[in-house]
Amino acid sequence: MRHIISVLMENEPGALSRVVGLFSQRNFNIETLTVAPTEDETLSRLTVTTIGDDHVIEQITKQLNKLIDVVKVVDLTEGDHLERELMMIKMKANNGTVRAEIKRTADIFRGTIIDVTPNTFTVQLVGASSKLDAFIEALGTSNIMEVVRSGVSGIARGEKVLTL
Amino acid sequence: MELLSGAEMVVRALRDQGVKYVYGYPGGALLHVYDALFQQEEVEHILVRHEQAATHMADAYARATGKAGVALVTSGPGATNAVTGVATAYMDSIPMVVITGQVMSHLIGEDAFQETDMIGISRPIVKHSFSITRPEEIPEVIKKAFYIAESGRPGPVVVDIPKDMTTPTERFEYEFPKSVKLRSYNPITKGHSGQIKKAVDLLLAAKRPVIYAGGGVIMGDASEELTELARVLGYPVTNTLMGLGGYPGTDKQFIGMLGMHGSYEANMAMHHSDLILAVGARFDDRVTNATDKFCPTAKIVHVDIDPASISKTIKADVPIVGPAKAVLKEMLEQVQAAKKLPEAAVLKAWWEQIDDWRGRHGGRYRTDDSELMKPQHVIEMLSKVTNGDAYVCSDVGQHQMFAAQYYKFNKPNRWINSGGLGTMGFGLPAAMGIKMNFPDEEVVCVTGEGSIQMNIQELSTISQYNLPVKVICLNNQSLGMVRQWQDMNYESRHSQSYMKSLPDFIKLVEAYGHVGIKVEKYSELEEAMRKAFAMKDRMVFMDIAVDPFEHVYPMQVPRGSMRDMWLSKTERT
Repeated sequence: MRHIISVLMENEPGALSRVVGLFSQRNFNIETLTVAPTEDETLSRLTVTTIGDDHVIEQITKQLNKLIDVVKVVDLTEGDHLERELMMIKMKANNGTVRAEIKRTADIFRGTIIDVTPNTFTVQLVGASSKLDAFIEALGTSNIMEVVRSGVSGIARGEKVLTL
Repeated sequence: MELLSGAEMVVRALRDQGVKYVYGYPGGALLHVYDALFQQEEVEHILVRHEQAATHMADAYARATGKAGVALVTSGPGATNAVTGVATAYMDSIPMVVITGQVMSHLIGEDAFQETDMIGISRPIVKHSFSITRPEEIPEVIKKAFYIAESGRPGPVVVDIPKDMTTPTERFEYEFPKSVKLRSYNPITKGHSGQIKKAVDLLLAAKRPVIYAGGGVIMGDASEELTELARVLGYPVTNTLMGLGGYPGTDKQFIGMLGMHGSYEANMAMHHSDLILAVGARFDDRVTNATDKFCPTAKIVHVDIDPASISKTIKADVPIVGPAKAVLKEMLEQVQAAKKLPEAAVLKAWWEQIDDWRGRHGGRYRTDDSELMKPQHVIEMLSKVTNGDAYVCSDVGQHQMFAAQYYKFNKPNRWINSGGLGTMGFGLPAAMGIKMNFPDEEVVCVTGEGSIQMNIQELSTISQYNLPVKVICLNNQSLGMVRQWQDMNYESRHSQSYMKSLPDFIKLVEAYGHVGIKVEKYSELEEAMRKAFAMKDRMVFMDIAVDPFEHVYPMQVPRGSMRDMWLSKTERT
């Protein structure tokens, strides 16, 4: 099963490499990975999506907790949560029919066209990873020139927070 | 406040941490630190002949005392030579602080002379690592390094120091912190009482219990608590390779080591048990054999300081996270408060079964088929001559298993071996590290002609510091354990396991100023060994010719259960 694991860690050099190294060293899988500083400049927040059975996920959270730089770990998928990923997708758009179709599909998915040239459209789309997958599927791959995805960020619903 | 350079701070911080010996080897990046070492007398530096030996010396000190040993090595090749020693300590959860030199900060990343990304290289084999970026932080980082290395589940910590952090002309206020706190690291100090209660209920109701104790009992200083609990309950105890000495080896409740080369009775008792109390052990592959066939009728109580060790390979029914000492103490209190002991008749029947297994095999080895000396016999003789009281530092291979099986350890922290990583070349430097710190104790290195050659250069360090260790070299003229596997699994095709052109070890050790004794016959062994141990102030190397065809038994059958074992070349369970 797919899990979204959020990690609060010291914003120090080497901390990221310890987390990433742990995944490869222990043969855990990484689907997506995002990391950025938080409102507290001494802390970074890392979100990783991974696939594994309960035993593997338990090992991942336990091993992450063992890292000295890691302050807190939470498996967001254990409770109600929100997940968002940002995608920028550049497509061939060199005739009226294609341009109209891209525009229409982007509207349906509540995407925004953020760059236009005579031959291309670049669409920005935000949502759960499955929505981004669905958008790509809806457009078909033949017109796609480049896809950039940010990886998943997640947050718990309600009053639950991940802080010190 | 006193002003010190970064180099002086390194040395002063070690002194203030209570460090007596630092094992190391100088080099360009550390010259400022070595100059600071030269100008004081409180921290003594021990010069090895290869950095790997420095780490093993530090590691052995830690194994014997529970306190972190310190190695000091330069950048580049100094650091990479230390890597095997760091990994050895990591695999066995041994506290160690390894200080590595680094090229000047402005050169990092430019492929400078003797530059190596030691933080990167060592990342998967350290508990934590630090890179110094400001000289002022040296005292605090060193304090943190010791704190992390020694607390919780212990492990090695690397401190990487660029040369410009130690510049002698730049001085800073020095203060050594009394204690340090890390917000992200709070080692647990006590087990969960409710979980311990559940465990005690299971323990008291068990019909076929086994206590399975590992290295966590040794490093967690819990041997007394373990022994007392086992005696109150009257239950059998088995030790892992790392746990030997955690329970007295000559006690009748001790059923031997378990696992791949465990005793017949220990492996049979585990397989048939209905309750396993695992303490400071991690159910590793050399213990469990095939995990899907592991102890089918047993409930498992698992006590470990590292939550990640619990239910990693074998699911625990009652997990207890906490230090072995505190948990066992509370367990004992709860057992005593329960005012109820295990049912005597049921326990008696279990012991009769165990004694029957013990009688059927009981660690016997064949002595009748050859004139060649049996390695097991040499270890039994060693146990006799040293009264089971020596520090035994082992290398890796058949001799290690024979020492584990036939030397009867009655005290903890005296069996010093590389269990997890299986590092050949560990034994001699480990023995040196022990002798350095316990000059009045008998210190033995049990080795083979293969392992000893992996760090034989240390014979020179032994001369320099006069470390009269005794080396028992079981010379079978082949890489015995490799050969055994080749005999068993590769139709005796001895690919590269034969050591051609061995040196004359006697001449070799004499060249370094030591004493060599060659033994080739049964009849000479005891006298020669007594003679060797009578030479209190000399390093003696006993080159003992043993049967090259001997195998280590019992040996678990691959992919089988705990009870599936070869008992000799021809019998299996």
